[in-house]
Amino acid sequence: MFKWLEKNLPKIVMAPAVGLIGWFVYGFVLWTLYISFTNSKILPKYELWGVGQYVKLWGSRKWLIAVDNLLIFTALFLIFCVVIGIILAIFLDQKIRAEGILRTIYLYPMALSFIVTGTAWKWILNPTLGIQKMFRDWGFENFTFDWLVDREMAIYTIVIAGVWQSAGFVMALFLAGLRSVEDEIVKAAKIDGASLFTVYWKILLPMMRPVFFTSFVILVHISIKSYDLIVALTQGGPGISTTMPALYMTQTAFHKSQVGLSAASAMMMFMAVAAVIIPYLYSELRRENAR
Amino acid sequence: MQDSLKSSSYQQLEQKSKYTNMFLRWFLYFILILFASYFIFPLYVMVVTSLKTMEEIRQGTLLSWPSGLNLDSWAVAWGGRGYGAGDTFLRPYFWNSIKMVVPAVFFSTFIGAMTGYVLTKWRFKGDQWVFLFLLFGCFIPFQAILLPMARTLGVLGISNSVVGLVLVHTVYGIPFTTLFFRNYYVSVPTELVKAARIDGAGFFKIFFKILLPISAPIIVVTVIWQFTQIWNDFLFGSTFSFGEAAPIQVALNNMVLSSTSVKEYNVDMASAIIAGIPTLIVYVLAGKYFIRGLTSGAVKG
Repeated sequence: MFKWLEKNLPKIVMAPAVGLIGWFVYGFVLWTLYISFTNSKILPKYELWGVGQYVKLWGSRKWLIAVDNLLIFTALFLIFCVVIGIILAIFLDQKIRAEGILRTIYLYPMALSFIVTGTAWKWILNPTLGIQKMFRDWGFENFTFDWLVDREMAIYTIVIAGVWQSAGFVMALFLAGLRSVEDEIVKAAKIDGASLFTVYWKILLPMMRPVFFTSFVILVHISIKSYDLIVALTQGGPGISTTMPALYMTQTAFHKSQVGLSAASAMMMFMAVAAVIIPYLYSELRRENAR
Repeated sequence: MQDSLKSSSYQQLEQKSKYTNMFLRWFLYFILILFASYFIFPLYVMVVTSLKTMEEIRQGTLLSWPSGLNLDSWAVAWGGRGYGAGDTFLRPYFWNSIKMVVPAVFFSTFIGAMTGYVLTKWRFKGDQWVFLFLLFGCFIPFQAILLPMARTLGVLGISNSVVGLVLVHTVYGIPFTTLFFRNYYVSVPTELVKAARIDGAGFFKIFFKILLPISAPIIVVTVIWQFTQIWNDFLFGSTFSFGEAAPIQVALNNMVLSSTSVKEYNVDMASAIIAGIPTLIVYVLAGKYFIRGLTSGAVKG
């Protein structure tokens, strides 16, 4: 008995973690998947109902708006974060004075919660006392910046706050990537007469392909899950103009009590994340095995 | 002859490139400082707004300097106005968050250290699959587990309580803590463990005598990561708790959204700073470890 215990101790120590994840991650996802095929309203029902919830979901105007917003947000969030991140990383890489302080400033928003970020930007962007008033007081009397209360433009305020929060992070990833390149490569290229611009554009940035890939995966992941920022900044408004899938899911589940429908929307999010993550995990594993 | 010609034109070229270089340097600093001001701007606005009276806020602009060091809105944000109903302030929720963060960080870090230890130093058949099994937990969108979690907490009788949130954060922290410790222990030479085993040291003795003493950096990284994630969480907090058991981010959001009488932006900003200060302090004090966690556990977002 004691022998057996000793021999299997490592597995016994692993068991709680495996059990917890098995139950709370895999079991729960399967439960949600099952419920998405039932006609559950306030309480879950367990008779199968088919794909009715998915049909209902893709016929819902609010969900379509949410998906539309997600696409707009993801595209802009990606582009701005990556472009700003790369520019800052390359510039910081030029033996800059006070690099440490600048880096700290670029990255500190990552330490704040999206609720804090949203609260701050909501105040800055509010038309009555925020930026709009600031410019008007400075003499630009026709200056208008009321995106926060404009149905068409409100989604872009979420982009502004989101980029503010995450661009520094992309900078950190690229800076680490650039610093890991051998100095010899850059020196050799310079001796061959390549300008600094060419060195970065033709040699270093193409070498950063894995960093691009990582940033892409992380940023898409953040944007699919984005919830807190919208709650704090717009609550999905004005109207439903800034709804996103994560917000749709919780509202449908906990305010509208449409458990089956919200499970279907959660599974759509799950599939979207899986479509990005599985190729990523696959390539990471291959890289690790190749080492 | 030809050589000297070449060198003089080369000098000219060098002179020219010196000027372009100087111009480039200035441009470089200009852009870097421009972005720094974009990043610092909201923090500056938050701080000065929190120090103004509402009258000052209406008179001045976002950037204008406060007339004095007026801490009234900080007092209101932290301790309320002193009347009964509808007076929400952050103090009790700040403590809720502390009570939630400390055990959740401890348990998830401990479990992660153990699993990371087993997965690297007590390898068994199929351990890579077990790692992958756990790792996948880093990526799931939490919306896919929200509904069953709410029911489970209800069945266990710990919905709307700090205990429930500790459980939730511990469980969903395990994939990350495991990832951190596993990747760290992989680089510790296995010979050390083997030698100790031959000397008759057991499972726990090896962990506490050999692995733990060299684990300080990764423990710091993990604790900071978990602390930041759990402190900043809103989704779980707002779904599984309300009223008195809410953590600080939920309370902050409720305070800002509550539409009683006039909006007090100075109190809102003071509250936001209070909710953000613990993680900011950690970031400033241990930025190196914060970034390390970020770049290796970044998948969460």
